[in-house]
Amino acid sequence: MSSHYEAPIRRPLIVGDKSYHDITVEVAAPVEGKANKLWWTAFTIALVAFLWGLGSIIYTIGTGIGVWGLNKTVGWAWDITNFVWWVGIGHAGTLISAVLLLFRQKWRMGINRSAEAMTIFSVVQAGLFPVIHMGRVWDAHFVLPIPNQFGSLWTNFNSPLLWDVFAISTYLSVSLVFWWTGLLPDFAMLRDRAVKPFQKKIYSLLSFGWTGRAKDWQRFEEVSLVLAGLATPLVLSVHTIVSFDFATSVIPGWHTTIFPPYFVAGAVFSGFAMVNTLLIIMRKVSNLEAYITKQHIELMNIVIMITGSIVGCAYITELFIAWYSGVEYEQYAFLNRATGPYWWAYLLMMSCNVFSPQFMWSKKLRQSITFSFIISIVVNIGMWFERFVIIVTSLHRDYLPSSWTMFSPTFVDIGIYVGTIGFFFVLFLLYARTFPVIAQAEVKSILKSSGENFKKLRDGNHE
Amino acid sequence: MYTFSSKLKTLSFALMIIGFLGVAYGFLSTPSTVEDVKVMMQDSHDSHGAEASNHEVIADAHATADAHDAEHSDDSHAEHVLHLLKNKPWSALYVALFFFFMISLATLAFYAIQHASQAGWPVVLFRVMEAITGYLPVGGVLLFVFFVLSSLHLNHLFVWMDPEVVAHDELIQNKAGYLNVPFFLIRAAIYIAGWIVYRQYARKLTLAQDNASDLKNYYKLFKSSAAFLVFFLVTESMMSWDWIMSLDPHWFSTLFGWYIFASMIVSAITTIALVSIYLKGKGYLEFVNNSHLHDLAKFMFGFSVFWTYLWFSQFMLIWYANIPEEVTYFATRFNDYKIPFLGMLVLNFLFPLLVLMNSDYKRVPWFIVTTGIVILIGHYIDIYVMIMPATVGDQWFIGISEISSVLLVLGIFIYVVFTTLTKAPLLAKGSPFLKESEHFHY
Repeated sequence: MSSHYEAPIRRPLIVGDKSYHDITVEVAAPVEGKANKLWWTAFTIALVAFLWGLGSIIYTIGTGIGVWGLNKTVGWAWDITNFVWWVGIGHAGTLISAVLLLFRQKWRMGINRSAEAMTIFSVVQAGLFPVIHMGRVWDAHFVLPIPNQFGSLWTNFNSPLLWDVFAISTYLSVSLVFWWTGLLPDFAMLRDRAVKPFQKKIYSLLSFGWTGRAKDWQRFEEVSLVLAGLATPLVLSVHTIVSFDFATSVIPGWHTTIFPPYFVAGAVFSGFAMVNTLLIIMRKVSNLEAYITKQHIELMNIVIMITGSIVGCAYITELFIAWYSGVEYEQYAFLNRATGPYWWAYLLMMSCNVFSPQFMWSKKLRQSITFSFIISIVVNIGMWFERFVIIVTSLHRDYLPSSWTMFSPTFVDIGIYVGTIGFFFVLFLLYARTFPVIAQAEVKSILKSSGENFKKLRDGNHE
Repeated sequence: MYTFSSKLKTLSFALMIIGFLGVAYGFLSTPSTVEDVKVMMQDSHDSHGAEASNHEVIADAHATADAHDAEHSDDSHAEHVLHLLKNKPWSALYVALFFFFMISLATLAFYAIQHASQAGWPVVLFRVMEAITGYLPVGGVLLFVFFVLSSLHLNHLFVWMDPEVVAHDELIQNKAGYLNVPFFLIRAAIYIAGWIVYRQYARKLTLAQDNASDLKNYYKLFKSSAAFLVFFLVTESMMSWDWIMSLDPHWFSTLFGWYIFASMIVSAITTIALVSIYLKGKGYLEFVNNSHLHDLAKFMFGFSVFWTYLWFSQFMLIWYANIPEEVTYFATRFNDYKIPFLGMLVLNFLFPLLVLMNSDYKRVPWFIVTTGIVILIGHYIDIYVMIMPATVGDQWFIGISEISSVLLVLGIFIYVVFTTLTKAPLLAKGSPFLKESEHFHY
């Protein structure tokens, strides 16, 4: 890494007159303190939603997939929409911790811990859907290539749905290891500060005896780099494989080669929006405004703007090629999206994904916390509809007009989706109270180069 | 300041002359009548019996598939081969022109990204990148002239430009709203002009910034780079549809523009690295250290993998679904171009993957140079395999025309790039990130 020199033109990443100790205290405060009423309220709501979702899942499995709104033409709808949506959200975490590490973006340090937590919790939500959307959940282990008593009956490795199994499970496990490795010094910090024996015991277990010797740090850095180097292709390939679920098919509107990079861009887009939503709240309620600064929000907005533009470019490409191809099915698929019975979903997706991020070109708007918060939610609504539009509008009207139909969700479809949102927030709220939500060890490493007080000191001396 | 060494200048002229002679030979040695082709085919039948008959089977199959070879006579086959052979020197020139132009264009994109992302490390390389983009106006004009010549029917590369063909082809007729000569030329003019405008403007701003007391020029550069990148995102995709995808006017792929971009950017970064290493070897870039080379090599590595990712995505999805109207694209490439088609994967993916994985190797100039040359050859073949099957079909061969075209354009490229280098100091000293870049150590 470059030395302590940093161009004066760069804005500070840690605001205020902070010392190493201040960082420790402020990061540990939410963990060491007690939950307030607001937290309990939010947690209760999330828990209720989660339990409602759990009930819907049990009802589905007990009764059959027929309780959902699917029909013989539209065999995938909310289930896979939610799956892709959650996987997509999960991508920002790895992007922030891995890709931004490779690009030496120091601003990632204030946000990477929470972004990775978000990754893991949303991949958990995503992981539910491939399982529960099966007709026979109890045979789910048949997707694994395990030697068995059926003459070693094997899986067919040609299906993207099987690749999904490998992609998602690898993604979850690598993300988990990456996240946990980064947590070791921070858990050790909590362990060393703990005064109650129970907490001390817990954080001792979690921190794996980290003592922070030079050799440990050296290896820690190397492992982080290697994992970042592995996680980057992983993050691209996971969502690529998810996109293959559609792109390998022969359905007009699904079979298109741009899906792999375009799904990844969409994933980064929606993932960053979700990080923004969560962090804008977190910096406020956990008093971390000095570490998650306006600049962090602004930079995330820029990422949203860029990936939103890439997604927009892909939409236009798809539309153009649909016309250019001269394939009437393909042309109809897009005509149907724009003017068919789901035109409103298409319009929502277009306006939320293509137009809303363009506001971020304005410096005033992208620096406004309120505006960023609104846009971050708008983007995730848009990205949910993107998946819905791709899946449902392509299925409900395809080759044979005699199988054209409609789709409408039942309360069970909706219940499960709400349940996963609840489950996500249950996990995230618990995380925010028990984990160091900012990678304090990393933030300390940039204090002297990017801390406001140190920058002032240095630049003052220069001029 | 850099002085263009007389040796290198001589080399560039030699390349241009040899290249020009070879290209001229390529045009002159093309058979001009059907009779010539028949004699030629007869000769090759006589000289290598078994191989030639095998060749004929493939060629015949090809002819059957072709729409305008409805009657299956010897004459129409020979005429078809004649068309392909006539296209050969033109296509060879086109591949070379596009290849060097795309290097220059993607260098411009990389340069704009560095400004827009406020990168600290590459400041000391900005003048090298500006020199490489110095080829952009020259290459742009050459390409545009080439397109005008094509639209005047001097060659038969873009079949949709031929009213004869269009009259019998309903699929192309349906695309005529986009694929028509005036619109094509207007679009090309807009892309090329837009790219050149940003290039000249950015160059003017950095030169002005060198002696400025405030950062006004820097901020202008930052803003114009961001605006250029938006323009580039759109025009690059369209350029790839116009200039390459339309050579196969029946075929379409949504990924295509981004795939071309991946090929472009990796070649561009490789060229930046090669020119930097050359200049450093001559003692001109004392502020460039091996950390800068390491970063460039990482980008070469990363974008090689990225190229492979897009190559695979496009290939696998079309192979998997196997929809007849799309799969012909890969079927012809796989049948007639097996060695270049598969070989480029070794050059563009396997070789850089293995050589540039180690971070020590990424700091050793000769490792970077070796890999760089392999990558450039690989991406030349990539472009070759995109263009040739549409224009010369199974009559491809990397011979005098192809090599001479590369030498000719390479000579021009070297001459223009190194002349541009002499026009400005090698250090963009006005950048606010200069000190970060000079002290950059990784």
